[in-house]
Amino acid sequence: MFWSLIHRHLWRHKLRTFLTILGMAVAILAFMLLRSVVAAWYRGVDQASDNRLVTRHAVSLTFSLPLSYLPTLRQIPGVTAVTYSSWFGGVYIDDRNFFPRFVAGPGFLDMYPEYVLPPEQRQAYERERRACVVGRRLVEKYGWRLGDQVPLKGNIFPGDWSFVIRGIYRGEKPGTDESLLFFHFEYLNEYLKKTMPGRADRVGSFTLRIADPEQAAAISRLVDKEFRNSIAETRTETEKSFQLGFVAMTKALLGAIEVISVVVVLVILTVLANTMAMSVRERTAEYVVLKTLGFGAGHIGILVLGESLLLALAGGGLGVLLSFPSGRIFSHALGGLHDMVFPPALIVTGLLASLLVGVLAAIVPMLRVMTMSIASGLRRVG
Amino acid sequence: MSTPPESIVEIENLCKSYRRGDQVIPVLENISLSVPVGQFLALMGPSGSGKTTLLNIVAGLDRADSGRLVVAGTEIGGLGEVDLAAWRARTVGFIFQFYNLIPVLSAFENVELPLLLTPLSRHERRSHVALALDLVGLHQRRSHTPSQLSGGQQQRVAIARALVSDPTLIAADEPTGDLDKVSAEEVLELLARLNAEFGKTIIMVTHDPRAAARAGRVLNLDKGALIA
Repeated sequence: MFWSLIHRHLWRHKLRTFLTILGMAVAILAFMLLRSVVAAWYRGVDQASDNRLVTRHAVSLTFSLPLSYLPTLRQIPGVTAVTYSSWFGGVYIDDRNFFPRFVAGPGFLDMYPEYVLPPEQRQAYERERRACVVGRRLVEKYGWRLGDQVPLKGNIFPGDWSFVIRGIYRGEKPGTDESLLFFHFEYLNEYLKKTMPGRADRVGSFTLRIADPEQAAAISRLVDKEFRNSIAETRTETEKSFQLGFVAMTKALLGAIEVISVVVVLVILTVLANTMAMSVRERTAEYVVLKTLGFGAGHIGILVLGESLLLALAGGGLGVLLSFPSGRIFSHALGGLHDMVFPPALIVTGLLASLLVGVLAAIVPMLRVMTMSIASGLRRVG
Repeated sequence: MSTPPESIVEIENLCKSYRRGDQVIPVLENISLSVPVGQFLALMGPSGSGKTTLLNIVAGLDRADSGRLVVAGTEIGGLGEVDLAAWRARTVGFIFQFYNLIPVLSAFENVELPLLLTPLSRHERRSHVALALDLVGLHQRRSHTPSQLSGGQQQRVAIARALVSDPTLIAADEPTGDLDKVSAEEVLELLARLNAEFGKTIIMVTHDPRAAARAGRVLNLDKGALIA
């Protein structure tokens, strides 16, 4: 009977119920999307490997390191492999076609086994100086095929560049970035030696594989000590810390997004609280009658709380469900290179937020009607 | 605690006042009253005389400031809220002026409400409700919601709800106050039948002398006191 009363009360004002559920759904949808955007920012951090260190210039990432550090790095105890890379930048047709473009040193694919490339494509890439490897997402977005030319207009490294796609990689795990383009360091370096010798033989950063992740801090100190007082002092940190450094650059923006996601939930909380206050006020007579018949304050509380929870969870559940198609639309609108991911923890957070809204919205009207004396209630009813 | 069985309501020196800001407004002053089992009592008096307050206190809906009140063998002034609610569910059936049915429930479900607090099975509840609706002549209308019933029919459903749990006492506050003459007559006839055939004790608050005339005893209140 309680369930029957709750759901019939809800359908008494169909439009109001529908609009409240819709409002709740939109709020939770916005919450999910905003949280997913924040999570996407941290995805690089989550995907970072424990057994990789990144060595960069101590001053800033915009300063490069001499390639001549390579032999020294290889000899640091605990380091099992070293590769290097640089940010290439460039423009593909138009500034809007943004995707990460890197220059990769030898051993790059061994260092990053999460970029999975068929063996024959890898051989083709390694054989050809002008070859590049692209992620599956780029191929889907731009309709590229193996053997296609990718023209890039250089900005950091001026000139008209063209690369041949010899490999298409896919991510080993969900969440691996599949939107990179990388090509041989040697190809760039030879060009620089001819045109800008001062910029040749320099790399953006070295990546070191270490045997024991627990030794990461000690090895990092060792590397940086090795280059102390040199022309380019280094800063070595775990790949996770390195990625977090990027996230930190946008910390204020991320903080703002997180605050907005909470504000959205607070706004819908006030809307639902208002709806519940109106509903309970309209039904004061009914609650008083139930009390008169012997129903206790607890019974009345269950009716109010149940109604609020049902509204909140129906809206919240709908919002969570809508987040999947909306995420795809959102991702497509942003260029389609990254999926909006809604992991189970985020879904649970969305539903818990709905639950919390349902409980908080019910508290004031619930307490008011639970503590109202029958005599005063009957006087109000008339 | 126990009272002689022939008296269902025993009131001694009952007082009740309300506060409005700093002002204390006395509503009932030193009321003493005894209502025998099976009596149909009408409480009359002008507006503000305290008759509804007295009915509410006797029915356990309100509390007296002082005095002794024993209803159906229980001194209800000493009961806590939870016990008082349980006592009400067992002992008293209520009929209001404006019927106060739950609009989203059918006549059948409205009558079934008090039984949800009893240990009766669903089947037992259904047969009790059917019996109560039969008694008020509305079994055919059991699936109708209040908005599909006339005022008189709604009040009869309210009467069925009041008697379905077989209460010792029926408290009726202006049961005919919102009804036309014919419907009022039907309701009064029903109350008289409940009293005469089923021995139900009824305390009815009314302004209507014709309604009071159906009662076996009429008491008048004025300014919070019983007058002869």
